[in-house]
Amino acid sequence: MKIAVLVKEVPDTWGDRRIDASTKRVDRKGEVVIDEINEKSVEAALLVKEANPGSEVTVVTMGPSSALAAIRKALAMGADNGIHVVDDGLVGSDAMQTSAALAAALRPGGFDLVITGNESTDGRTAAVPAMLAERLGLAQLTFLRTLDVTGDVVTGERMTDDGHLDVRASLPALVSVTEQIAEARFPNFRGIMAAKKKKVESLGLAALGLPAEETGAANSWSVVEDVTPRPARSGGTIVKDDGTAGTQLADFLAQAKLI
Amino acid sequence: MAHVLVLVDLANGRPAASTGELLVAAARLGEPAAVVVTEPGTAAEIASSLGALGAATVFVASSADADSRLVTPQVAALHAAVLAAGEVSAVIVGNSIDSREAAARLAVRIDGAFQSDAVDVTAGAAGILVTQQAFGGSFTVTARAARGIPVISLRQGSVDGTAPAAAGTIRELDLDADTAVGAEITARHEQTQASERPSLQTADIVVSGGRGLGSREKFVLVEELADALGAAVGASRAAVDAGYCEHNMQVGQTGVTVSPNLYIAVGISGAIQHRAGMQSAKTIVAINKDADSPIFDVADFGVVGDLFTVVPQLIEAVKARKS
Repeated sequence: MKIAVLVKEVPDTWGDRRIDASTKRVDRKGEVVIDEINEKSVEAALLVKEANPGSEVTVVTMGPSSALAAIRKALAMGADNGIHVVDDGLVGSDAMQTSAALAAALRPGGFDLVITGNESTDGRTAAVPAMLAERLGLAQLTFLRTLDVTGDVVTGERMTDDGHLDVRASLPALVSVTEQIAEARFPNFRGIMAAKKKKVESLGLAALGLPAEETGAANSWSVVEDVTPRPARSGGTIVKDDGTAGTQLADFLAQAKLI
Repeated sequence: MAHVLVLVDLANGRPAASTGELLVAAARLGEPAAVVVTEPGTAAEIASSLGALGAATVFVASSADADSRLVTPQVAALHAAVLAAGEVSAVIVGNSIDSREAAARLAVRIDGAFQSDAVDVTAGAAGILVTQQAFGGSFTVTARAARGIPVISLRQGSVDGTAPAAAGTIRELDLDADTAVGAEITARHEQTQASERPSLQTADIVVSGGRGLGSREKFVLVEELADALGAAVGASRAAVDAGYCEHNMQVGQTGVTVSPNLYIAVGISGAIQHRAGMQSAKTIVAINKDADSPIFDVADFGVVGDLFTVVPQLIEAVKARKS
């Protein structure tokens, strides 16, 4: 089975994340890491591979040259090879453009199963997986918290706002996974050394066959008019419980007309 | 006037609670038209309730597969409605997982401008303006479509008011031409709001519990405070991971984003990922035994103390004031 797993490099959620006032885009100059959900997506891909001997896992990312680190991390965990979609002309892509570029990168591979995270921690659009299924004509099984691939049948539990659904489809399919899917394994020393020798193919606009007039921030489907940072919260009242804090808190809520 | 299409989520065969709000938003931008995929034979009743909520037209796709296919029937219905409606100035859906994915696929199919998780929509001189929040409300972003029809998912609880009642005229859609490969829903395990509590996304008050509660049994204290206040119950990721409550109660970076009038954090340290899901609440209250917890940096009123003595006292005081 040919499995593709998509990963994304994002600003570290432990840091102070910003939108650049001049470009009106996410500031990616600070600490960037592989998105936590993608370590779990890679784990999910490796579990499918282990359950289906003879499978191959290709890790795919779109991002600047630094995003190679996210691919190497996935390769160190055990993925077999990588595809890095990288081109200055792709900078500032929105979900429509990102899904178009990723679809172009995935199409020639003839993948049976494409695995992604359910949503990134930076954009949180949660749209690219569905868009990819639409573009590639794959069955869509998204927001899965469990995943099983037996023969050519994919099943899993899809999270909804009020519970979950059992879903099923035949391969080829696209799956997005939630953070409940699995705990990611840690790469060991051997894995890290082996990752350095694994093949990573770089694909730019020309190789993808994407016209320059369709790509990048200048050709995005939406224009950001304004970005306003939320004003910092001013200092509140902090009390140490002297035995009456619960009552004091009720007084505060009543004064603020909240109860 | 151009149509503004609204995708209707059904709950127990009726338009979901969020539908009215979507039609109010649509009425700001054009003539509201609802799009619904339903089992055969139920269209008339649904259309009359959608008319009362402001839909001038109700595009109905009757399909025996309505309940057993994931997302693809809704995409096909929206696409068919765009083609049938003639002029369409926008498509608005709820920001539920299902509806947002249907909208994302529709945007690809019609080369539209997908705008996710809007907290406001207005008609501007240069087009429809969509307000979104980035990084859990750290930034407010206003954007408009540069090309294509805007396809917008609207966060629940963002728009107030009601739209004037309209005709709710049924127009049938035919989905036979749809060839999309889809996934099959083999079973549903969903709570149909059996709880008396308000939903987390729209509640005026949210009480959330964290690891400080210590166990699933003791998490009940959070629920008791919530019930005394008429609030929804939320949780930190640590509490969810520890199994104190269900995953769909998780507030934060990788859970639900809430902006209630009042947010009460009980036994939550307030890691940056949790704050990303609640920092836009109007008033924030925190109860935690560790004075150095980062939650106190965003609290309007903080109590450093043992939650197992503070919270019961608060519940008594709230009940005393209410009676």
